Amino acid sequence: MAGNVRKNRRKPKLGVFKFASCDGCQLSLLDCEDEILAVGAAVEIAYFPEATSTRIAGPYDLVLVEGSITTPADAERIRAVRAQARRLVTIGACATAGGIQALRNFRDVAEFRSIVYASPETIDALATSTAIAEHVPVDFELRGCPVDKRQLLEVISAFLNDRRPNVPAHSVCLDCKMAGRVCVTVAHGTPCLGPVTHTGCGALCPRYDRGCYGCFGPVSGANTSSLAAMMSAQGATSPELVRAFRTFNANAPEFRAESEKHDV
Amino acid sequence: MSDGDESGGKPISKKTRTIRVDTLARVEGEGALRIELVGGRAERVELRLFEPPRFFEAFLRGRSRTEVPDITARICGICPVAYQMSSCHALEAAAGVVVDGPLRELRRLLYCGEWIESHALHVFMLHLPDFLGYPDALAMAKDHGDLVRAGLRVKKAGNSVVSALGGREIHPINVKVGGFYRAPERAELDALAAELEWAARAMRDMLPAFTALEYPALERDYELVALRHPSEYPFCEGRIVSSKGLDIDVREYPEHFVEQQVPYSTALHSRIRGRGGYFVGPLARFNLNADRLSSPARDAAAALGLEPPVLNPFKSLPARVVEIVEALHEALRVIAAYRRPTVSAVELPVVAGIGHSCTEAPRGILYHRYAIDAAGLVEDARIIPPTSQNQGTIEDDLRAIAPDLARMPLDAATHRAEQAVRNYDPCISCSTHFLRLEIVER
Repeated sequence: MAGNVRKNRRKPKLGVFKFASCDGCQLSLLDCEDEILAVGAAVEIAYFPEATSTRIAGPYDLVLVEGSITTPADAERIRAVRAQARRLVTIGACATAGGIQALRNFRDVAEFRSIVYASPETIDALATSTAIAEHVPVDFELRGCPVDKRQLLEVISAFLNDRRPNVPAHSVCLDCKMAGRVCVTVAHGTPCLGPVTHTGCGALCPRYDRGCYGCFGPVSGANTSSLAAMMSAQGATSPELVRAFRTFNANAPEFRAESEKHDV
Repeated sequence: MSDGDESGGKPISKKTRTIRVDTLARVEGEGALRIELVGGRAERVELRLFEPPRFFEAFLRGRSRTEVPDITARICGICPVAYQMSSCHALEAAAGVVVDGPLRELRRLLYCGEWIESHALHVFMLHLPDFLGYPDALAMAKDHGDLVRAGLRVKKAGNSVVSALGGREIHPINVKVGGFYRAPERAELDALAAELEWAARAMRDMLPAFTALEYPALERDYELVALRHPSEYPFCEGRIVSSKGLDIDVREYPEHFVEQQVPYSTALHSRIRGRGGYFVGPLARFNLNADRLSSPARDAAAALGLEPPVLNPFKSLPARVVEIVEALHEALRVIAAYRRPTVSAVELPVVAGIGHSCTEAPRGILYHRYAIDAAGLVEDARIIPPTSQNQGTIEDDLRAIAPDLARMPLDAATHRAEQAVRNYDPCISCSTHFLRLEIVER
């Protein structure tokens, strides 16, 4: 942005980079309708192709990365991006766990190519979709499919002020307890991944009479096997358990391990 | 962007000039544009999409039909509701179920929310800066603060509808095959009305800003394609019609439209069998359905000087403005008439079947087809997003303006090419935001 850069303190430079993804997490920034003009005043948006034609070369003070690594070229590109980033924060399930496209990790990618494309040989894709942290050091991972925009603003603000982001890491289940909400599993027998899922959405699904389906990925120390046993006692079949743990965070270690136990 | 970048290749001739734009910004996805000019004529135009393939149609196989709307939403963060709606309608068709009454009305309301937020994002934050000569909305806000702030507030009104009904703006959680997980209380919807009414007034007050814009001259003999409903401006239902006589049931889509793989792109290109490229989206819908608009939207079209046929693709911008007005009006109508249904979703029988659906995503028709087995699992899925349908037409537009581009200074040429691509609000995350322009002249 060509604003008033001539101030006492140089505006920090923000870069937003995209890999394999739906664009939803970076869109979260544009969805901050009440805050986006203030963000634009506080930082120099140096690289953000979804939002601006301005492109200012790195290095950047803060880089947000959306998306997962799925091609040989992207595996190279993320190294170049890291080299330009003082701080690098990954946003969303694709960047933190490989995303929904990591479902290929459990299958044969050649078969996937031939289902979608008539000339599969021209499509350059790695056999796996992997999190950014598997390729380069990452300073902070913000979970969610999509990320929560209030948490995104908190993370940007924290890194620009050299403090740790205030982003809670308990389970979705605890959110419901704290809100005094009736448990959808106990009261209605609805399967719910709330006990093993990282908070961030504000326990949205139970508010809409449905069980959590794991958008924010596994909470640290998730007891997935205990939850799977309970779901199974309530009638879930093995294929259903596999599918429950294989969605947007299928390649997150805890969810992957649990799904593999039932994939017989 | 760099001039004269011939890295990696030999100059084709002494007169070779390569214009390269590394990123075509403000397009949602990644891609590049390469134009080859011979004697001033555009010999080749290639819109290359670099978005890595994500293989949705492949990994949908074996998933339960109940999971499909949550999975397909993840194809696009900008129009997840469209994917959810096309999925639900196709899956319901496969089970022989029609969702009607208040649940159908709620779906229209949800879609209105997405049209408002997606169109407002594109109009005010992505495309208007092209017309007014700014790199982005933040820079534009320094001189046009009121316009940007009003646009953001309209966008927010749309997002409020999606989040009230869907749980959140991006990847709503409340959409279910057969209806919703929970139907909202009247009070939850009533709370939305005041901002929608403000937005409707604000759009009316902003119309002169759009009539004052300079629209570049370009008219082509497009085949416009959209849904057409007997009485409504189309969202989820209708026949697929075109400006050149096509009039088919949604189920006949595969017989009339073909997808082709092109070597320079991961998005498949669509054509009408035996004819060629076609045009979907707001301008096509407006041309084919202007008589179905509500009176406030008709007034807006008249004030903007839009009367069918409008064949200048740059007029997609005012067509989007008309559709924001339409969606605001329709949303307010649904809210005013809402009675909470006794069930939040229709139960679907678990039966094998094949279902097709086409709904009007903000960017144009979005076709889904599913084959479901007797256990309710997906056997086969086909998803054809609007951007891949428009891709051939975007290339043809660029072919038409390529000689002008070649005569322009580099900056102006780049700017004009980007503006032309953005007429289609391409959401390249469909396969796939950013494009690279390369003009090779010999």
